Parts: sequence; C-alpha cells; structure tokens
Amino acid sequence: MSDTTQEPMLAADGRPLKQSLARALRRQKLRALMLIAPLLIFVMVTFIIPILSMLFRSVENEIVSNTLPHTVVALQEWDSSTGEAPDENVFRHLYFDLFKASEAKEHTKLGTRLNYERTGLSSVFRTTGRRLDDMGSDFQDPLEDINENFKEGAFWYEMLSGEGGEELLESRRALWARLTGESMAGDIGFTPSPQMADMLPWATRAYTDFAIWTVIDDQDVVAEEDPWEAVYAGLAQDLQSEQTQTEIAAYDGPGAQALKDAVANLDQLPEVNFKAAFIDAKEDWGTTDLWSTMQVFSSNYTTGYFLNAVDLELTPEGVQAKPENQQIYMQLFMRTLWMALVITGACILLGYPVAWLLANLPMRTANTLMILVLLPFWTSLLVRTSAWKVLLQQQGVINDILVWLGFVGDANRLILMNNATGTIIAMTHILLPFMILPLYSVMKTIPPSYLRAAKSLGATNWTAFWRVYFPQSVPGIGAGSILVFILAIGYYITPEIVGGTSGIFISNRIAYHISSSLNWGLAAALGTILLVVVLVLYWAYDKIVGIDNVKLGG
Amino acid sequence: MADTASNDAFVEFERVQKSYDGETLVVKDLNLTMPKGEFLTMLGPSGSGKTTCLMMLAGFETATHGDIRLGGESINGIPPHKRGIGMVFQNYALFPHMTIAENLAFPLEVRKLGKAEREEKVKRALDMVEMGDFGGRRPAQLSGGQQQRIALARALVFEPELVLMDEPLGALDKQLREKMQFEITHLAHRLGITTVYVTHDQTEALTMSDRVAVFDDGRIQQLAPPDKLYESPENSFVAQFIGENNTLEGVIKEIKGNTCVVELDDGEIIDAVPVNVSNVGDRTRVSIRPERVEYNADRLDPEAHTLKAEVLEFIYMGDIFRTRLRVAGNDEFIIKTRNAPDQVRLKPGEHIKIGWLPEDCRALDA
Repeated sequence: MSDTTQEPMLAADGRPLKQSLARALRRQKLRALMLIAPLLIFVMVTFIIPILSMLFRSVENEIVSNTLPHTVVALQEWDSSTGEAPDENVFRHLYFDLFKASEAKEHTKLGTRLNYERTGLSSVFRTTGRRLDDMGSDFQDPLEDINENFKEGAFWYEMLSGEGGEELLESRRALWARLTGESMAGDIGFTPSPQMADMLPWATRAYTDFAIWTVIDDQDVVAEEDPWEAVYAGLAQDLQSEQTQTEIAAYDGPGAQALKDAVANLDQLPEVNFKAAFIDAKEDWGTTDLWSTMQVFSSNYTTGYFLNAVDLELTPEGVQAKPENQQIYMQLFMRTLWMALVITGACILLGYPVAWLLANLPMRTANTLMILVLLPFWTSLLVRTSAWKVLLQQQGVINDILVWLGFVGDANRLILMNNATGTIIAMTHILLPFMILPLYSVMKTIPPSYLRAAKSLGATNWTAFWRVYFPQSVPGIGAGSILVFILAIGYYITPEIVGGTSGIFISNRIAYHISSSLNWGLAAALGTILLVVVLVLYWAYDKIVGIDNVKLGG
Repeated sequence: MADTASNDAFVEFERVQKSYDGETLVVKDLNLTMPKGEFLTMLGPSGSGKTTCLMMLAGFETATHGDIRLGGESINGIPPHKRGIGMVFQNYALFPHMTIAENLAFPLEVRKLGKAEREEKVKRALDMVEMGDFGGRRPAQLSGGQQQRIALARALVFEPELVLMDEPLGALDKQLREKMQFEITHLAHRLGITTVYVTHDQTEALTMSDRVAVFDDGRIQQLAPPDKLYESPENSFVAQFIGENNTLEGVIKEIKGNTCVVELDDGEIIDAVPVNVSNVGDRTRVSIRPERVEYNADRLDPEAHTLKAEVLEFIYMGDIFRTRLRVAGNDEFIIKTRNAPDQVRLKPGEHIKIGWLPEDCRALDA
C-alpha cells in the first residue's frame, strides 16, 4: 500500500494511471459539454451577459468625461473649498465641449445624469444649451462686419485646411466617437492645417469638430457649409493671444488679409469672457455646488449609484447620509426582506399539512390533490393576481362575506388590498406550490414505519410527529423556504398590482428606475445589492443548515 | 372459564377478522393462543394475512371483528403507544437523525425515566447485543447486521413482555441471517420474552420457533412445532410450503386404519398414510419428502410398493446429491441422498426402482 503513495500508479503502457484515466475521460467530457453547449450558449447570450452588462452600469460613469472631455481635465485643478467657481479656463473648455454636445443633442443626457446627484442640474444644462449659439453669435457678427470673407464657408475651409493635420483630425474624431457612441469613421474631405492649428488652436479645433459632424452626421460637404458659431468664438479667443497676433502679422497664407483685419479691429469685438456668459445664461454656473458635483462625478467609475441605493450620497466632503425625507431604499430593502420572511413562514404553515396529506394519502386521492396543488401553475400569474384583486378589494368577495356573516360592520370593511396585507395574501397563495412540492418529495421518502416505530416505543402521536417525523422533514422545509424566499424577494407583478404604496417591494422600485425614471445605474445598483443579499443569505443558510441537507426530491 | 384460559394464554386472538375494503377478508376467523415465553412464528406467502395479524396485535390496524387479548385483557381499544409491545421492523426503522444511544433512549425518555436510569438501561441493552461502543454513531454509519442488533436492542430496552418482529432479517445476506437467527432465539429464550415473529422464509421459521403458524388465504393452515410441521403436514399447502416435497396425484382405492392404498394416475399402486382424505374414490395428492425416498433395493422392505423411475438429471451439491427423476409421469420428482462413501451416483438415462416407508408417504387433499 505504501508503495502506491510514493510512486504514481502506472497503466499497462507505462504512463501514469491518472494521465491515462484523464485521457480516457476526455472524450466523454467533451461529448457531455457538446450536449449542453446549445443551452449554455443560449443562457450566456440571453441571460448572463445581459445581466453582467446591466450590473456593470451600477458603477459605470463615463458619460461626464465623454461629454465634457476637456472640461473634466481642466476642472481637476479646481479646489471647491475656495468657495469660488472655477476660472475662465474651465469655462472656456466647457463652452466648446458643451457646444459640440448640444449639436449632437447629448448635453441633456448629461443633465439628466447629473440631476440624479443634484436636483436642478437638468434644467441648467437644457437652458444653457439654448444659449450657446448666442454666445458665439456675439463674436460672429462683429467679425463678419470687419471682413466679409468670414461669412463664407468656403473661405473658412480654404483658410484652415492643409496637409499633415491627420493627427489632430483623428483625435477629434475619437472624441466625437466617445460622445456619440458611434464610430464616426469615414472620409470627411478636410484635413486641418498644422500651421493654423498652432496659430489659431481654438478656431481650428472647433472647425475640425464642425467638419466631422457636418460630413458624418449631416452628410454635407464641409466647404459649402457656414461654420458653427463656436468657430467664431474660437477665433475670437485665439485673437486674444499676443503670440497669435504676432504670427498673424507674419502670415501670408489663405485668409491672411481677413485675419490681419481682425487683429487690427480687435476693439470691435466684445470682451471674451465665457465665465460671465455662462453665469449670465444660468446663474447656477457661478456657484460651487454645481461644479463640485461635476468634479465629484467626473471619474469614469463611481460608487454614487450604490451609495444612492443605500440612502447615502457622495459629496465633496465625503460620503454622507441623505436627508431623512429622501431615505427610501434601506426601508424598502428591509420591508422586502421582512415580507419575504412572512410569506415564507405563511407558506410553511399552510403547505406543511397539505404536503403531509399528499405524502400519506392513497395514490389516487393524492394524485387528485396534487392536481389541485398544481392547478395554479397552469393559470397565468397575472390572472391569479387579478383574481385576488377582485377578492380582496373593499367591495370584494371576502369583505362581502365577512359583512354578510356579521364579522365586520358594513362601515368598517377591511382594507385587504393596496397594502402589505394584500401582497402577503396574494404572494403566499402564488408561492405555496413551491413550498408544497419539495416538502412533498421529502416526506414521500420518510417511511411510515418511523412513525409506527416511535408509537410502538411508547410515543404519543404528537411526540412521534415532533421528535421523529418533523426532524426528518426539515430538509424539505429548508428547500421550500429557500425557493419561496428567493422567489419572493425578487417578486414584481403581484406587489405591483395589489401592493399599493406600502406593499411594494424593492423590485418595483428597480422596475420604476428601468422604465420610468430611466436611472439605469441606480436600478443596476439596487439589483446588484438584491443579488448580493440573496447570495449572502444562501451562504449563511449553507453555513447554518448546510446545503447538503436541502432536498428537492428523492 | 375466561380467567383460567388466560392464565397460560398470554396472547389470544379470538375469531378475529380483518377487511380493508369491506368486500374481501384479509384475515378470516383467526383463533390463536400463545403462552408466555413462547417464540411463535407466523409463516406464509405474501398476502396471506400474517403481517396484518401482527399489525393488529401492535395496534396499527384495528380488527374488523373479534377480540385480541394481551394478558387476559382486550386491547382492541388501546392505542399502540400504550400497549407496551416492543417491535422490530422490516427495515429496522432506526431514527436516522438520532444517534444509536438516542434511539435507544427514546422509549425510556417518553416513559419519563430519569437520565441516570436511562443511560444505565441503554448501556445494558447495547452490551446485550454486543454493540457497547457504538452509542455515539448514527444508524447510517452501521452495517445492516449492526442496525439489526440495534433495532432489537431498542425493542427490548424498555423491557416489554411481548416483542413483535416483522421480517427483521429480510435485508441481510445469508450468512449473517443465519447468525442473527441464532442470536435472536437465544436472546428471546434467555430473557423469557414472548415473541411473535413474522417471516416468509420457512428455514427461518423452522430453526427459530417453538411453534409455527402457517398462514395462507387469511387462515392458519397449521399451528405446530417445527418437526411436526415438517414431518406431518396436515394439508397439501403446508406440505408444499414447508421444505421440499414431491407430489404424486391419484385416487384413494382403499382405506384400512392408518394406511391407505392409492392408485396413481398412470395406474401404479402405492401405500400411504391418510391424513385428510376420508372416502374411497377421493382424489388425493400424495406427498413424499425427497430425503425419504430410497432407491437401494437392499434397504427397502421387500413388501413395499416400488415405482419405476428414470433418472433425468444428477446434481452434485457437496454435502448432498440431488437427483431429478421421472416418476409416474412427474418430471419434477426429486430425491436427495447424503454424500456418503458408499453412495451410488446415478447417471441420467438410468432406470431404477424407488420406494419408501408407507408412513413417510402422506395422502393429502387434492
């Protein structure tokens, strides 16, 4: 015996036995894998991958940096504790980022996203979005007065296009792609001139953005289109720089005259102050609150949704509890857990005797009873729940009977619906088969001779049941409870229909965020927490009761 | 009258009938008395009503009609847990969620015995079945034979006067079964317990019991000690059911005292003991045990009737030889001979003459 532990057993051909065995089993395993492959692929594609991607949304927060890429970078240096809004540089980037976003109609999405964290930001973005064109027109009109060439799209095209600017073009294209979520690929018939990009950086960038959008999205020809107001704003910004002014003096390429005119008549242009313009458009831009929210949520990943889901919020000062009147999720989680527990308990109480009868009646009677147990399964869940609505309402069947029997007065009919009571009653009924079936299959395996043995040993009926039968049926209770509890905790339709406001579950809130408020990140965070809670409970159950003790059958 | 009867009758069945469906009787008019200390076996094929009788005695079934008495008192209305009858079940019914010691303590606990007394009795019961070290184990950790002992100990630990056993050895292999048969009888006799034992295994019934009640068709066919049952079966069912048996069919020709002459269907004449035949001309089944058939002409009574036989098959079985013959048209006529040094080994195709003592040949009902 000790030989085998020191040297591996060898097969007849001299290979280690384990290796030979693995080879022999490989074909078998491969065949087994192929048999389950269709289902596996189906489940992966339709279930696991969508769930994972949904769960990923609970931490994903790229929308801020995708929409305002330059602003987010500039904002990093800002210190919110100074009590002042960021400087002009940040606003300058904000203007050009936001202009692009508003052209692509993406700025309202960002507003919606930030509105989850700070109410009111949605309208700030929407209002500001409408004013962006005006901000640019302030520079466009004087510039066109100074030199008429600035009115011409072709003039701009000739002035700013050149050779060797592919790098700038591609980097702008990549930013567009992040903003719109589309590839934005294709020949746009325009390459920015590197010389102009040095001399007029803001205008060239804005024009390149304009060119990409015009060709790819609007399918127009760049040279025939009048540029965005942002391009004029960019030129005005560029003209402020002394270096640019010097370079223009030495420049003699296309549009040189127009640029020189502009430099000569700088005093005709209004002052370039994006900060003032933004504050003028919506005074919130001058507050630190807005900017600190934006700074806190500018990273690509955020814990914000999860914190929200447990009634906390992320503020520049760190994680804090939400104001009490906004705390709803913890309470909802607790209620969901508590009601699922109550439903599970009710199912045990109601299901146990039925399962016992099923397991102990003669075959034919048991089969009839089993059909009655399974009958609800063959009816649509919606129909059953609606039937409960008919039964439970104040003018419903149950109240009518109680009034008729004189148990309750006509004036004080019981409120059995649109509250937790309604949810518990209807869900207990709906989930009862999930308790009865595992209980039944476990009870079926307990031979009647145990009870007889206990009685022959002197135990009364009750003692025999409690000391001998019940302990052996516990695995069935465990299996049924896990099944019912986990189903209950994620239930949606029934609480939605009969639950009112005090009888709804966390799942109803998740559904609300998925379909009504469209706050998918929060919905994903709530869902993830629910999933984790179930897994933790499952783990705890395994530790305490042992999952081996759970029997779903035989 | 009833008092005197109950003095030596510990268990009594009086005119007991049982029906499950109200149409057919599973037990038909059962009468049985058992003295204290007896080991009685109910033997019969399945569906013969033996288990039903046991269940009625234990209280799990109620008699449709008749009276069951224990120690002179009718127990018809007493629930099982108050009867104080120990019972060993077919599959032992050891409680799987309790340890062996807890299983044994269970009957003592429900009788509200103190902890010290319980432990003392459990220990004694475990020692009795030589399982003293197994108290802390679970039933599933024991072998079939060990579980059997524990089941026995549990049925005995509260010192019942009557113990019922429902095919307790059915699940064991042959060797273990034989060992346990021996142990159970010893224990029962040593402790002086009255035992009712149900089995369908006739060897078990013969080796263990003081008396055997052979059940068939809801009635006791014969109630007798094992030797009488084997050697003097009272009807052809018992003759067939107990041990191996050769049957020849014929008609009674003549009855004189305790012998009769039977003409077999192929015309041959033999002598037999009339058991439950009364009239000349009745059809009968003649029963002869295989080991009582003799083919060595020297050992046969010269006046005995002999039959022609042809050897069909010779089977060597170690301690015995088993030979299949064709006798009077019956191809299944078996003879058994001891493997003695001088024994002749018959060859298939041989023609021989066979005979037996008239008292070994019993003319039974047809």
